[in-house]
Amino acid sequence: MDIPRDLKYTKTHEWIKRDGTRIRIGITEYAQKELSDVVFVELPKLGQDVLQGRAACVVESVKAASDIYSPLSGKVVAVNKDLELDPALVNKDPYGRGWIFDISLSKQEEINSLLDANQYDTLIHQKA
Amino acid sequence: MEVFKEVQTRFLPLHDYNKSLGAKFIEFSGWEVPAYFTSIIEEHEAVRRGAGFFDISHMGEVHVRGEKALDFLQSVVCNDVSKLKEGEVLYTPLMLASGGVVDDILIYYVKPAHYFLIVNAANIDKDFKWFLTHNSFGVEVENVSPRRGIFAIQGPKSIELIKSIFGGDVEKIAYYHFANRQFLGKEIVLSRTGYTGEAGFEVFFDIEMACELHEIIVEKGSSFGLKPIGFGARDTLRLDVCFPLYGHELTEDTTPLEAGLSWTVHLDKGPFLGRDVLLAQKKNGIKKTLVGFEMVGRGLARGGYAVFHNGAKAGHVTSGGFSPSLKKNIGLAYVPVEAGTVGASIDIEIRGEHVEARIVKTPFYKKRR
Repeated sequence: MDIPRDLKYTKTHEWIKRDGTRIRIGITEYAQKELSDVVFVELPKLGQDVLQGRAACVVESVKAASDIYSPLSGKVVAVNKDLELDPALVNKDPYGRGWIFDISLSKQEEINSLLDANQYDTLIHQKA
Repeated sequence: MEVFKEVQTRFLPLHDYNKSLGAKFIEFSGWEVPAYFTSIIEEHEAVRRGAGFFDISHMGEVHVRGEKALDFLQSVVCNDVSKLKEGEVLYTPLMLASGGVVDDILIYYVKPAHYFLIVNAANIDKDFKWFLTHNSFGVEVENVSPRRGIFAIQGPKSIELIKSIFGGDVEKIAYYHFANRQFLGKEIVLSRTGYTGEAGFEVFFDIEMACELHEIIVEKGSSFGLKPIGFGARDTLRLDVCFPLYGHELTEDTTPLEAGLSWTVHLDKGPFLGRDVLLAQKKNGIKKTLVGFEMVGRGLARGGYAVFHNGAKAGHVTSGGFSPSLKKNIGLAYVPVEAGTVGASIDIEIRGEHVEARIVKTPFYKKRR
């Protein structure tokens, strides 16, 4: 299972990539495999405030709709419009072209509560 | 969903095999069943283009025997069982006196005074009690579900595969017909039926045969590209062709006429449960009707979502989602008759927002000829 070392993770299977105060957010390889066949992504709205651990958007697979929880609090500054045309990017390239949204971080200290790659690896192997 | 929770989860005969393939499991009608093996979309396509294998042993099998077996069945279903010839299969709603539907079932005419029924897993106990309650005909009703297994092989390549397993003459079994065969020293039933809208067979057998029969099917199936199919694709396949799913399109609160099953309603065949209600509906018209729709706005409609017409709540979605065949978001919904014309616009409430959908002709998908 691919778990890039340079990302941080949540227990609910989102990843973040940090670039200063700008944070990119998506779902992990494990999450996309669990969902299978993503056919629709309801993106958050630009400028929307999101809170750590609260639903920010919805990813729907053929079988069900799943909430995506924001790993950190902040304001949505970009959304991946490519997912409107090709939601399966979430399956094909979850850490790359399948990113979902960017936020500008409002609470630095929240980052400390996220998991690193090793911790996330342990978490999903406990599940399996 | 009207599923009767079982105290204990039950497992299909191929459960361990399914597990070894890495299937993702879900609970369905008290059974732990595979949702998918690789992907719902891949499995859906496999059945539309090649051949797919389903273990559907969760479904029930009930035998009805006795001199008055025909009269008994006629009294509890709305379709006309008297039209059946030996070796033929009939689809029919099982009726309540209210005109609602207890279950939708298949009736197999074995020989005079002997029929067997295939019923939905969630409804086995309910149906069985219903039969006993209405058995004023002295017939013997036997629930053999726990002893019986069912496999389905479906898809354009399935007939050739079935021929290679059970012999060339199976091709002579026409759609909605069945025949008995000796296989592995036991009697099995080959039924040209299915729940996918493709060509195919369902095979009924003694549950002890399950693994041996399955091995043979897998071995012969390999040259046909046979793939195991989960219940996820079983649902998307049947929705494409608008086969109703009990608990969704059919319930105790909907009549066969409202569900678009008027072809199963034979009011002139004599008395049966719910006939008065259906007769009145036929005369005065129905108020709600089942329609198919395609999403116009962005979003997926799921079963249970509210439907709005001219700004007012008008009904609900019974089943909905993404169709891998059409690459569109589709669904079925109950709406008031006056809102149910093809081409008309309705709104589906998705997470608090109204999203436009358009009523379209059904079925959504038709088998390629």
